[in-house]
Amino acid sequence: MPSRYLLRVTEQPRLAEQNAAVLLPEPFVKWFAAKGWSPRVHQLELLAKAQAGQSVLLIAPTGAGKTLAGFLPSLTELAKRPRRKPGEAHRGIHTLYISPLKALAVDIERNLGKPVEEIGLPVTIETRTGDTPSHKRQRQKLVPPDILLTTPEQLALLIAGNDAKRFFADLRYVVLDELHSLVTSKRGHLLALGLARLRAFVPKLQTIGLSATVAEPDELRRWLVAQNPPGDMAGLITVAGGAKPEISILDSRERVPWSGHSARYAISEIYEAIKEHRTTLLFVNTRSQAELFFQELWRANEDSLPIALHHGSLDVGQRRRVEKAMADNALRAIVATSTLDLGIDWGDVDLVVHVGAPKGASRLAQRIGRANHRMDEPSKAILIPANRFEVLECRAALDANYLGAQDTPPLVKGALDVLSQHVLGVACGGPFDADLLFEEVRSAAPYAALERETFDRVIDFVATGGYALKNYERYARIRRTKEGLWRVSHPSVAQQYRLNVGTIVEMPELNIRYVRQGRGMAGRGGPVLGKIEEYFAETLRPGDNFLFAGKVLRFEGIRENECVVSNGAGANIIVPSYAGGKFPLSTYLAEQVRGMLADSDRWRALPEQVADWLRLQKEKSVLPKRGDLLVETFPRGNRHYMVAYPFEGRLAHQTLGMLLTRRLERAHARPLGFVATDYSLAVWALDDMAALFKAKKPSLAALFDEDMLGDDLEAWLNDSWMLKRTFRTCAVIAGLIEKRYPGQEKSGRQVTVSADLIYDVLRSHEPDHILLQATRTDASAGLLDVSRLGEMLSRVRGRIMHKHLDQISPLAVPVMLEIGKESVNGGANDTLLMEAADLVEEAMGRG
Amino acid sequence: MNFSLSRATLIAEADLVGIAGERAVCDWRGVLYFPDLRLLAVSDLHLEKGSSFARRGALIPPYDTGATLLRLQAVIADYQPQIVVSLGDSFHDGGGAERMHVSFRERLEAMMAGRDWFWVAGNHDPEAPADLPGETVKELAIGSLLFRHEPSKLRVEGEIAGHLHPCARIVQRGRSVRRRCFAGDGGRMIMPAFGAYTGSLNVLDRAYAGLFRLETLVAYMLGAERIFAISSSMLRPG
Repeated sequence: MPSRYLLRVTEQPRLAEQNAAVLLPEPFVKWFAAKGWSPRVHQLELLAKAQAGQSVLLIAPTGAGKTLAGFLPSLTELAKRPRRKPGEAHRGIHTLYISPLKALAVDIERNLGKPVEEIGLPVTIETRTGDTPSHKRQRQKLVPPDILLTTPEQLALLIAGNDAKRFFADLRYVVLDELHSLVTSKRGHLLALGLARLRAFVPKLQTIGLSATVAEPDELRRWLVAQNPPGDMAGLITVAGGAKPEISILDSRERVPWSGHSARYAISEIYEAIKEHRTTLLFVNTRSQAELFFQELWRANEDSLPIALHHGSLDVGQRRRVEKAMADNALRAIVATSTLDLGIDWGDVDLVVHVGAPKGASRLAQRIGRANHRMDEPSKAILIPANRFEVLECRAALDANYLGAQDTPPLVKGALDVLSQHVLGVACGGPFDADLLFEEVRSAAPYAALERETFDRVIDFVATGGYALKNYERYARIRRTKEGLWRVSHPSVAQQYRLNVGTIVEMPELNIRYVRQGRGMAGRGGPVLGKIEEYFAETLRPGDNFLFAGKVLRFEGIRENECVVSNGAGANIIVPSYAGGKFPLSTYLAEQVRGMLADSDRWRALPEQVADWLRLQKEKSVLPKRGDLLVETFPRGNRHYMVAYPFEGRLAHQTLGMLLTRRLERAHARPLGFVATDYSLAVWALDDMAALFKAKKPSLAALFDEDMLGDDLEAWLNDSWMLKRTFRTCAVIAGLIEKRYPGQEKSGRQVTVSADLIYDVLRSHEPDHILLQATRTDASAGLLDVSRLGEMLSRVRGRIMHKHLDQISPLAVPVMLEIGKESVNGGANDTLLMEAADLVEEAMGRG
Repeated sequence: MNFSLSRATLIAEADLVGIAGERAVCDWRGVLYFPDLRLLAVSDLHLEKGSSFARRGALIPPYDTGATLLRLQAVIADYQPQIVVSLGDSFHDGGGAERMHVSFRERLEAMMAGRDWFWVAGNHDPEAPADLPGETVKELAIGSLLFRHEPSKLRVEGEIAGHLHPCARIVQRGRSVRRRCFAGDGGRMIMPAFGAYTGSLNVLDRAYAGLFRLETLVAYMLGAERIFAISSSMLRPG
């Protein structure tokens, strides 16, 4: 088996050899020679920069030997270090490796151990994750390994320890793996603050970031070093992409559907592809797709090939079994979601099938990198669009991959709930001076622009909740000493902090407990099959059948925090939908799709039936120019429809739909509802909207004016369930609500209830509270995608093209088919109660 | 006097619910009013729950007492009752009354002035609240009604209780709506919790087993401006 880290030299061998002799200690040179290998140019380049005292960002495709490159500076330095004499004090951690996944840390331990052993280095390597037993953790504090492999949460915990400074005193390097995926989330904010703390302990500390290709490397380079002076950047080494992947779009014999996400039509063709390859990885975008697809595949599986399922809701034991079978090459295919997304490689995958649209070019590149970790051999992948718009999207993604264009979500400013958590963590580690901590926090790139006033409010929040009503002085968590230092007021505060560390807040979930059929709710003690989101379970009636873990289950009821199920059957099977895991179309791809729509020359690359569809649209209606927004209106039944095509992703469209309906309501158009997809948005009303636009009451331009993001957004936001959900996350991260109590895990429901009530009270009494500020910022960026909507509205100003039609256009069909499938999320919960109450009245003959 | 006028406009004959022969209004704001007795009952105020949490390190907003009292003030102003019964767990813990901010205490005392005010003892507040007027009782019998905090396991006609914080859930058109509610079967009534930070427990939970005749159980769910009476056959657990 080829090593993941080292490759036969294919580039500039002579230069590499010359440098190697200078930079590498002798045992390394010998080892390379014994293997018949030579170090790669970028590995030596990184080593040279690191030895010169620089922090470095290495951008390289999968399979380029990134990991060994990242560890070479540490290993060579450790090799030269004199051995510890008996009786001499134990040395502290030399190198900290941080990855987003526990599994990745374990993977690295295994793979790094081999060369270390073969070279004969006196280096100890250990992992420390949530799974590490407490006796091992304690031992690690007394006798630290040279290289510690861990996660951002564990780093936060180590920093909050009262011996942190001593523990990290000998630290030389921090290696950050999969940096591109770490930096975009709140975990990244926590990690950036942790790094700043480490730099305060050890000013000479160097960082080494390992990343897949990104659009804005400078953002990552700044992230790696202290922003002191602001704008300072780490060195950069870029390795050009390896062999071009062989990617094709399935040109199906079957008819590609107008809408939907199941891709059922392609099952038999995919099954053929599986048969023709050794091991196939099938990626889908959501867990519900995974369930559905897995079931369909088994229906087609005449040869009973070993095909498995892997997603984040499944029981951990089951996931591990699948992973092991994968590593043993015992599977022919595995249907997976993003849980398998990051750089872990298992087994010998020779084909990646991507079902549904890839949504983002980076994600596509990453997933395709999975097939084959040898950079010099092309990876092979097939894209399966589930509907016609996805054909366009796949084509765009494919072009993007060839162009090497990459998109990751833009980095956002550091979140204040995360900062609150960090401030308390720092206090747990020992007393701090507010001025010094402020400077330290500002040296972390995400917080470089933090204002002192906001920082002081965060401290106030950590101390007493930061309320205008100063009621909690006597319960303060941190207090100022006579010397002016902030100190934890009681040891229990630190204890509580340790239990709540981290930024990952799960949706409230219920365990799925299996009981024997016919036992109903009385059945007990069956196995737990996995977890399901509470809000989905709440819409089920006893007797409903739904799909989970590839099985049809019958819903029996909810008992405490468990969803009780038995064996199910039948035709009306519901597929659970998951709020997480639905990625919106990336800005870059959206742009590509709009471009393709406008340029009929590019349609030749599309399957004939899809090109036909676009030609028909051109004939019956119109296709928007690149950068224009097409809005169609047409009557249908006794309703009037408006369909807009912004291509900005479902989240931005949902927000737009909410705001447009509010405005149309004010214009007395009597809107009834709307539905949003990744590509377009349909609103329907009782009144003729085209007539309103014509009479300029309001004009279309006024309807789509950016000012909707002002008061309308504010008014709607305040009542939105999305804000409540976001608030809950912020409150948990900021330490207002506990994730769990010592010895007692709080169930999600209890947290939800109290978070909602707290939100209501806080909103009506102190709407400017720092946590509400943080919540609004998060919601605007996340669930609402307000910034993207804002950019779109400003882009299309003066470029909205209205087309009135007698009937539905070909382009409108996909979104019109979604009507009725998705419920319209309004605020009208009382209407539902009224219906229920009326039903009773009716049944009682009083109605 | 204008209070009789405001009461007259509030109460429509059709909204009255019978409990052991007495007639009561289930108000959408979560209080129970008996017009014939001029008696208003409210349950599980859990005042000072916020500060109770803060003592243990969870610094949740200190506005719950103010919010709860404001809402109580509003219903008292509307009904102008002669008798007010606070059905237990009026304070979240024994020290609650003592911790209460002086402005809140004054607001509460203003509401109490000129009324017969009963503090029914609850499991959170078994003792009389410190330095507050009103009479603390274990339970209270008025006419055919019996007010107590915890519902008894034996069937008692005319029992008005709190303690369980009932809520009900329906599913309509694939969407779930959960609201606090009154739960009554014509003989017994369990009141919703009134406090701003009080959670709730579904009436179909095991904790309610044996308390109601299921055939006649109705959940009076609290809407935004009215009560929705939902029969037990429409209710969902969870």
